[in-house]
Amino acid sequence: MSRNDAISLAYLVTIVTFILALRFLSSPRHARLGNWLGAVGMTIAVAATFARSGLHNYVSIIIVMAAAAPVGAYAARAVKMTAMPQMVALFNGVGGGAAALVALAEFHARAPDPGRLPFDASMSIILSALIGSVSFAGSMLAFGKLQELVTGRPIVYPAQKLVNGLLLSGLVALALAILIGPQKSVLLVLLIAGALVFGVLFVLPIGGADMPVVIALLNAFTGLAASATGFVLHENVLIVSGMLVGASGTLLTLLMARAMGRSVSNVLFGAFGQVQVSAEALAGANGHVRSASAEDVAVMLAYAQRVIIVPGYGMAVAQAQHDVRKLADELQRRGVEVRYAIHPVAGRMPGHMNVLLAEANVPYDQLFEMDQINDDFPETDVALVIGANDVTNPAARNSPGSPIYGMPILDVDHAKNVVVIKRSMNPGFAGIDNPLYRDPKTVMLFADAKRGVSELFEDVKTL
Amino acid sequence: MPAQWIIELTVLVLAAFLGVEVISKVPTLLHTPLMSGTNAIHGIVLVGAIIVAGLPDQPIWIRVVSLTAVALGTLNVVGGFVVTDRMLEMFKKRPEPEAAKAEEVPLGASTEPESARGDE
Repeated sequence: MSRNDAISLAYLVTIVTFILALRFLSSPRHARLGNWLGAVGMTIAVAATFARSGLHNYVSIIIVMAAAAPVGAYAARAVKMTAMPQMVALFNGVGGGAAALVALAEFHARAPDPGRLPFDASMSIILSALIGSVSFAGSMLAFGKLQELVTGRPIVYPAQKLVNGLLLSGLVALALAILIGPQKSVLLVLLIAGALVFGVLFVLPIGGADMPVVIALLNAFTGLAASATGFVLHENVLIVSGMLVGASGTLLTLLMARAMGRSVSNVLFGAFGQVQVSAEALAGANGHVRSASAEDVAVMLAYAQRVIIVPGYGMAVAQAQHDVRKLADELQRRGVEVRYAIHPVAGRMPGHMNVLLAEANVPYDQLFEMDQINDDFPETDVALVIGANDVTNPAARNSPGSPIYGMPILDVDHAKNVVVIKRSMNPGFAGIDNPLYRDPKTVMLFADAKRGVSELFEDVKTL
Repeated sequence: MPAQWIIELTVLVLAAFLGVEVISKVPTLLHTPLMSGTNAIHGIVLVGAIIVAGLPDQPIWIRVVSLTAVALGTLNVVGGFVVTDRMLEMFKKRPEPEAAKAEEVPLGASTEPESARGDE
């Protein structure tokens, strides 16, 4: 067995560990072990790569890795769970950027000065550079939007689609020129620069509430870029690993779009969040709204049999998750059954709300996804909505004119009583009126999520 | 033997089907760790970055490009695995034994957790 065969076998081991890492994610019990396996596999791959014959510059490579590793570890340790979407966007971006740079370096090294690379080599280099750059720039802007360095509102300007279309055609033309014309590195640098601009323009018109879709999509892009790099270098380990990520990102993108009741193209090109509060919605908002004090709500909760808590991103923004868990514990101590209903797009990335609640020590067997729990609302005494709005809006079910019509929602209005903790009657992020608040079964507890919930906790304790 | 790119394309397509198969079994509960975990996995471009950074006789600007790729890839790998581990560590089952006890207690003792719960 030659040295190269041994290295390829080591890469095969890596592939297996990655697949197992994903398989173990099917249950929270083994998921952590799976992640460790993946990390071991990655270490094997890196070690095997260092064993390649003909590899030079060991010292500089190791110095760079030794310098970058602690930075990555520190960032990963320091990041708050609420900021996880930004972090994931950032890691997406650096992965995509790396793929593009690898393509550029390989192109420069391999393209013969007179003459051309074979078609398949040029093609994979172009794809790797293109997708990687779009992913890098798009992820950086998504990071900026989520971190609120850039406004989370969609940024639109006249002829936006035309500009994007022209840029994209330009990129395709440039790619063709590289495929059939003289293969100068400067052309690929130009392609990368153009793709970076395209990545930014592509994410600009997408609003903060649509970020779960965008992050999942960029995740898929980076995976595909890594896969294309595998074609460039003829390494199966990159092809397979990249494609696994591509499949995951694609599935999550479709899932998130479905959870919003919209098509992927509507999310990407629709500039949602642009919806203005219509006069009609405002007029409708004049209906009667009941408000209640924390004491009243505490009595309702304490003497209920079944309570479902519906947390939204507002709860996370107010950092109320620990208080929510304390309230739930107290209710359970009194014999009330408490469960959590999690909408797929609660939060800023797929599954975000589950992580936020897990951080607050909410046991995961109390977390239920929409399809599991929606049928249970009619038998629920109190649905407690904390910082969630659009995902509870019955208009999505029964008013075809509403911008969110067709979006699957949590049927909180089917519960016997509904309590909504909300700071004021301001409409939600998308500016859509929520008739739930005027439902005769609903009482509003006007308070900041954190203060409201901790008051409820104190009041329940004294009962 | 078919051309190398055809073999590679075959591997790619098989990996796509495998990916869909494996990932559709991940519950929504774990979708965020799934994203950060796959993030770590696409850090495999680090392998590509090391290969190009190890090419001899390249001009300075290409060495800068490839070493930057090594840096980005390393950030991606280390950050991705560490953050995923941190998240997965937080997912815990209910500490009260109810469910767990019911599993462990042998047959015939199944009424016990019921009465125990009533006392609390």
